[in-house]
Amino acid sequence: MAERHDTDLLFKALADPNRRKLLDLLHAHDGRTLNELCEHMDMTRQGVTQHLKLLEEANLVATVWRGREKLHFLNPVPLQEIYERWIAKFEKPRLKALSDLKKRLEKSHG
Amino acid sequence: MAKSTFIYVTYIRTTPERLWSALTEDAEFMKQYWFGTHCESQWTAGSSWKMVQADGRITDSGEIVEAQPPSRLVIRWQHQRLPELKEEGDSLCTIELEPSGTAVKLTITHTLERDRSKFIEAVSGGWPKIISNLKSLLESGSIALQEAYAGRCAGQEN
Repeated sequence: MAERHDTDLLFKALADPNRRKLLDLLHAHDGRTLNELCEHMDMTRQGVTQHLKLLEEANLVATVWRGREKLHFLNPVPLQEIYERWIAKFEKPRLKALSDLKKRLEKSHG
Repeated sequence: MAKSTFIYVTYIRTTPERLWSALTEDAEFMKQYWFGTHCESQWTAGSSWKMVQADGRITDSGEIVEAQPPSRLVIRWQHQRLPELKEEGDSLCTIELEPSGTAVKLTITHTLERDRSKFIEAVSGGWPKIISNLKSLLESGSIALQEAYAGRCAGQEN
């Protein structure tokens, strides 16, 4: 898969409040079945299944079979990649600007 | 399924052989993406395994339970330095590599038979950074993160 396609899937998956709620539910308690997740969601089982499918395609949810049960786990790796690609990069120049300002002010007062 | 489990999945554009080597015998390569840490082992079932920090301290040790290059590696893994993590006993780390188109799907499952394991919690901050660095190093030749910033990495102490 091309990088752009991966990123599109990821941001699309995160763009929905119900899917973000599912991620929060898994963050609070990992390894849940569809039934367990449905208990906390105000929508049909089919709806939850659809949202989980999109989260899986974006690699935000990983699944493991335990007997006949499918367990859902939050996969934090793509979120780490978003942090590095879209947050750390923009944070760094600002931190440097702040540190330069501090140095300049300290110098002028020294 | 153990009580405390974390699963990490990523797709890396490389070959299973190259990825296997990066995760096992290529210690110098490992240090580049693991913030100076590397692992030592013969990488065959039954051989001992240890994790060594940049300063030479051993933070974790155990043995290789299963080794099927280049597709599956299972490590019995116990933390050694911090008493509250060591007392939780052995964890099991399963590393699976599956070809997926032009990439390799890497799945790391780390489990410990204890509810709300502190060890599993401790390594959970580290794995995504390590995996992300590994992906970046294999795909682009450079790492994404120079240091592990906040949170402890697997095998590292603050």
